[in-house]
Amino acid sequence: MTTNPKKTAKKPEHPLDDLIRTDRIPHIWCSGCGIGTAFSSCLSAIKATGIAYNRFTMVSGIGCSARGAGYIKLDSFHTTHGRAIPFASGIKMANPDLKVIVFSGDGDLFAIGGNHFIHAARRNMDLTVICVNNLTYGMTGGQVAATTPSMAKSTTTPMGNPDAPFNLPLLAYASGATYVARWTILHTRDLTTAINEAIIRKGFSFIEVLSPCPVNYGRRNKEKPLETLRLYQERTIIKNGVNPAQADIDFDKGVVIGTFIDVDRSTCDDRYYATCHPCSDD
Amino acid sequence: MRPAVLTGEHYINGDVACAEGAIAAGCRFFGAYPITPATEVAEHMAERLPDVGGAFIQMEDEIAAMASIIGAAWTGAKTMTSTSGPGFSLMMENLGLAVCTETPCVIINVQRTGPSTGLPTMTGQGDMMQARWGSHGDYELIALAPSSPQDCFYQTIRAFNLSEKYRVPVLVMADEIVGHMSEKVVIPEPETIHLIERPKPTGRRDRFKLYQPGPNGVAPMPSIGDGYNIHVTGLTHDERGYPAMTVEAQQEMMARLKGKIRNNLDDIIETESYRMEDAEIVIVSYGISVRTGLSAVDRAREMGYKAGLLRLITVWPFPETMIRSIASRVKGFITVEINLGQVHYEVERCAGGQAAAYLVGDAGGKIIHPDKVLARIEEKF
Amino acid sequence: MAFWRVPLDAQDIQVTKGLVHIIDDRCKGCGYCIEFCPKDILQFSEAYNRKGYHPPVVVKPDECVNCHYCEIICPEFAIFSVEIPPATV
Repeated sequence: MTTNPKKTAKKPEHPLDDLIRTDRIPHIWCSGCGIGTAFSSCLSAIKATGIAYNRFTMVSGIGCSARGAGYIKLDSFHTTHGRAIPFASGIKMANPDLKVIVFSGDGDLFAIGGNHFIHAARRNMDLTVICVNNLTYGMTGGQVAATTPSMAKSTTTPMGNPDAPFNLPLLAYASGATYVARWTILHTRDLTTAINEAIIRKGFSFIEVLSPCPVNYGRRNKEKPLETLRLYQERTIIKNGVNPAQADIDFDKGVVIGTFIDVDRSTCDDRYYATCHPCSDD
Repeated sequence: MRPAVLTGEHYINGDVACAEGAIAAGCRFFGAYPITPATEVAEHMAERLPDVGGAFIQMEDEIAAMASIIGAAWTGAKTMTSTSGPGFSLMMENLGLAVCTETPCVIINVQRTGPSTGLPTMTGQGDMMQARWGSHGDYELIALAPSSPQDCFYQTIRAFNLSEKYRVPVLVMADEIVGHMSEKVVIPEPETIHLIERPKPTGRRDRFKLYQPGPNGVAPMPSIGDGYNIHVTGLTHDERGYPAMTVEAQQEMMARLKGKIRNNLDDIIETESYRMEDAEIVIVSYGISVRTGLSAVDRAREMGYKAGLLRLITVWPFPETMIRSIASRVKGFITVEINLGQVHYEVERCAGGQAAAYLVGDAGGKIIHPDKVLARIEEKF
Repeated sequence: MAFWRVPLDAQDIQVTKGLVHIIDDRCKGCGYCIEFCPKDILQFSEAYNRKGYHPPVVVKPDECVNCHYCEIICPEFAIFSVEIPPATV
């Protein structure tokens, strides 16, 4: 035999390579950025549903997290700043059979896109909205966001943020979201389970993912990426079913994470088609 | 359940005629936000879309309305929105997205008087330059101007056909008078309505490139779920649709976006001539102002002037070649429009000093009286 | 560890074994896999990858239990583990 013993069989591929546009990897996210982990978790969740890939579509807005749509090997849309949710709503209402996932950031979904978010939640639009919350505008270099903690430093609040941040789970719940969860990128398995549940169920599902932005938030606020992850490990408390009003982000007091809300309510497309197409075969 | 094409004679306003044209053209998704004087389009679509299995959604604002119709268009549906001035301004951002991503969709703008909130219930034609250049960046799109309810029906169908054929947003630039005026509208038999569907890809999925142009410069367009795993972005992109942050990619993309319109002008541009055979004075007009022009031409002829009317049905892309060739053989142009000079400057540019170009405009709120046009003819010719 | 009781069925329990694969050139050196590996089997390599980062290397290959945590915490799709069938261990 002349077989070269060092020559191994074809190198195994990463288990998510079938869902990634590998020709676009490495992605643009910085070293230590958590978006990649949240994105990977989302892909694992999609895979775990067992639903045919061509029934999925991913929509995102603008920003670091919003680049996710460009790396998923599914029909995907990278739209305008803040407008991922209405774009996704159009897709959902025109073809209710699709599983529509919105993957975007806190700046995109809650500042410029805040109005769209609350209305889609009110309608219980059947979307899975994943918000990577890194507490800042990463893409533009670390400006204050609607989620930046009070007194935190940013390029536009150099003396500390004078404003209060949104409590995103509370906002989602108050607006009518029927599934509300918060995890961190460290709680990857729980996060994957939550996204998987959100995809399978019907209704407006909102999952906030706390994620470090070491370059544009951590650096100005004296937090190295591993320190941020340790905060996620040591200063979070899993409390499923807790009132979202208690979900403020304050790592000094401890941050509650978990699945806060999971209720049934008829969705926008169900109600529309039941009301307006009562005689159709569907 | 009424059919998609309501063949017969109707007494309806222009807004409703736009909606009926859309349904007849195959529009099956409509997202909008109420605004005077375009609300009736939305109201009628809300009533009619269930008849044909379509979906209507009233969005939270016009930004969302425009986003929703672009998203819905990628499911394979023909989609439309309607609005007026302030809402049109809000749509500009995503109008650019539709241009950049080559998404077919139709926007009805029932113009009112601006700037800002202006005269919400009164007519105007002040959005014509916004229609051309309102979104940021350089681009081409198509804008049509109906001048009667009957025309609203046909121009909306034509808007869908052009939009599907060239994968470009098409604007139907109506105005308050056309939109709110009720007249007889004849809806023909469905077989006589020619419809165009967007080119669909064929061939191997693994070799598919989202923006690889076909023979007329337009790339075939798959729908979500067809298995092509498309990526659609408003960033400058290459033929695969992937973001490409290079000046070369920008040049290539712009050449495609502009080329598919600029190289098909004969198909896209439509005009109508009235008593133009021996005309020396050409009234250029569009939309409701065409009626001013028609009356002015007849009366000018009675007074001994060789006047004719050129009606722009397609306003953008502008019929440059036609105006240039007319300019070489006439004394002058008078552009009649309900603003203080927008399309007029385009006419003046194309007249290029070969013929005089004058404006009969109005600050807005009312149709221009033919007397004003006649006075200008008497003054200048 | 000294105080832990040995389960009665200790002989029957099969601890899964994993083989870690690292796609060096995807790595951006964040160190999350190294920091959070429950068995501490990874460390930064001395070598650089194409982008100038130090990717991880497996230093205690026999101790991988195929928990996949490195795989799911990695933001870069650069590391994953596969199970080594019990018969070959």
